Amino acid sequence: MAALEIDGLDVHYGGVHALRGLTLTVGEGEVVALLGNNGAGKTTTLSAVSGLVRPSAGTVVFMGRDITRARPEAIVRAGLVHVPEGRRVFSTLTVHENLQLGGHLVRDQAELRRRVERVYALLPRLAERRTQQGGTLSGGEQQMLAIGRALVSGPRLLLLDEPSMGLAPLVVASVMDLIRRINAEGVTVLLVEQNAKAALKIAHRGYVIEDGRCALGGPAAELAGDPRVVEAYLGGARP
Amino acid sequence: MSQLIWNGLFVGSFYALVALGYTMVYGVMKLLNFAHGDLYMLGAFTGFAVLGAAGGVPPGMALPALLGVLVVTMAVTGLAGVALERVAYRPLRAAPRLSLLITAVGASFALEYGMRAVAGAEPRVYPVRLGGSAAEVLGARITVQQIALVVVAVLLMTGLNLLVTRTREGRAMRAIALDPRTSALMGINVDAVISRTFFLGSALAGAAGVMAGAYYGKIDFLMGFLIGLKAFTAAVIGGIGNIPGTMLGGLLLGLLESFGTWWLGGQWRDVFAFGVLILFLTVRPTGLLGERVTERV
Repeated sequence: MAALEIDGLDVHYGGVHALRGLTLTVGEGEVVALLGNNGAGKTTTLSAVSGLVRPSAGTVVFMGRDITRARPEAIVRAGLVHVPEGRRVFSTLTVHENLQLGGHLVRDQAELRRRVERVYALLPRLAERRTQQGGTLSGGEQQMLAIGRALVSGPRLLLLDEPSMGLAPLVVASVMDLIRRINAEGVTVLLVEQNAKAALKIAHRGYVIEDGRCALGGPAAELAGDPRVVEAYLGGARP
Repeated sequence: MSQLIWNGLFVGSFYALVALGYTMVYGVMKLLNFAHGDLYMLGAFTGFAVLGAAGGVPPGMALPALLGVLVVTMAVTGLAGVALERVAYRPLRAAPRLSLLITAVGASFALEYGMRAVAGAEPRVYPVRLGGSAAEVLGARITVQQIALVVVAVLLMTGLNLLVTRTREGRAMRAIALDPRTSALMGINVDAVISRTFFLGSALAGAAGVMAGAYYGKIDFLMGFLIGLKAFTAAVIGGIGNIPGTMLGGLLLGLLESFGTWWLGGQWRDVFAFGVLILFLTVRPTGLLGERVTERV
């Protein structure tokens, strides 16, 4: 069974037709990369899936359940968690409070503590900074915090929006490595990226969005070799 | 001197209670709820009605009766606040900030003149008066009732502060204050938390209304107007959106008024208070404890 099936999704923002019949699937256990230029509709796709924007047509099915018009908190409860663009760490709350917020729906205090500790074990840098305000962390640390915060909720599918944005190449590599490790533990990942090279390296499959619909789709290795992708997103021909 | 300080702290604790609702609502919605002072008025009238329905209070039972009335009134004004948010503010959440502000002024008038239609324009005399014997403490005349009211106010404020800083609910409120959209992605039901914030803020205003009614002895449908502005001033002094700051702002405003009245005369009291408001808005708009957000992008 597919983890996520998006079928014929349409989204209008005021007068703008941001998604035009977008269709894609993410299989359970996969890392799927979503590539495309600025304004192609990548972020809108994620927002429509996580319930932040209302699609005007089409369906979103998560683990066999229609969540097209569900409220954001119901979608989080179902195990689909969205890490937004720009990390969106709660800047004046501590690292620890940020993580606790990720587990807002975990009512059992002992369980919440266990999950937060698990994130600290996975990301020791956060443990060192647990009493620091989120806004004082570096960009890379904030990204780790945003992902760690999502992990506390216990996701089955993680939507990641531009996790490499504005990070140094070395930090990008460690973020991608983190995503790979999370995926290895059984979490499905839908990864939106402008950094196509980094994304296709860890993805199993990929899609290219243009103008609100999927223009291309296929295994990551194939996409990485497709001349159209190479031209548009990978910076010209490769040797 | 100590009398002035005591009077200032006493009045200031009322201001602080009302200002807290202002600051909480501003915190989660960035809305200046100008109808907040009228929830204080509604509280005073609700307390009045409950006391009337109970058919008088036996002498010597004024304080316990008042505490009971306080609880009922807080529930009523709390729900009124929730209804106000649901009807007047929620539909405008995505609208420009100015529309919300104008709606808040409209809600304020609706509550004031709605109350006039129901209860009439003449001031009502509160059935319970807290006068009682005074004691000399460090040269100030203090009544037991005053102390009781201050203790209730302090307990309510402490409870609120613990709720906001220590609990899951408070964490959700602080998260929404910073970023409502991302809060929704944490699984927080943003609408529900905003509703509960209105409940708490309005309940505190209602409590202050009953206490003021019992203390000053007279209530009328416009009593919320001035205290609403004073509470706003207190919130600005302390740093609007900041809870400990707001408590401090309330007490400071009480003290400033108390001393200002003594130096300049009673007729200058409000001039003095709003002069301070203007001073703060120009010189230090974030207030004494207002946070300057540090953010790295």
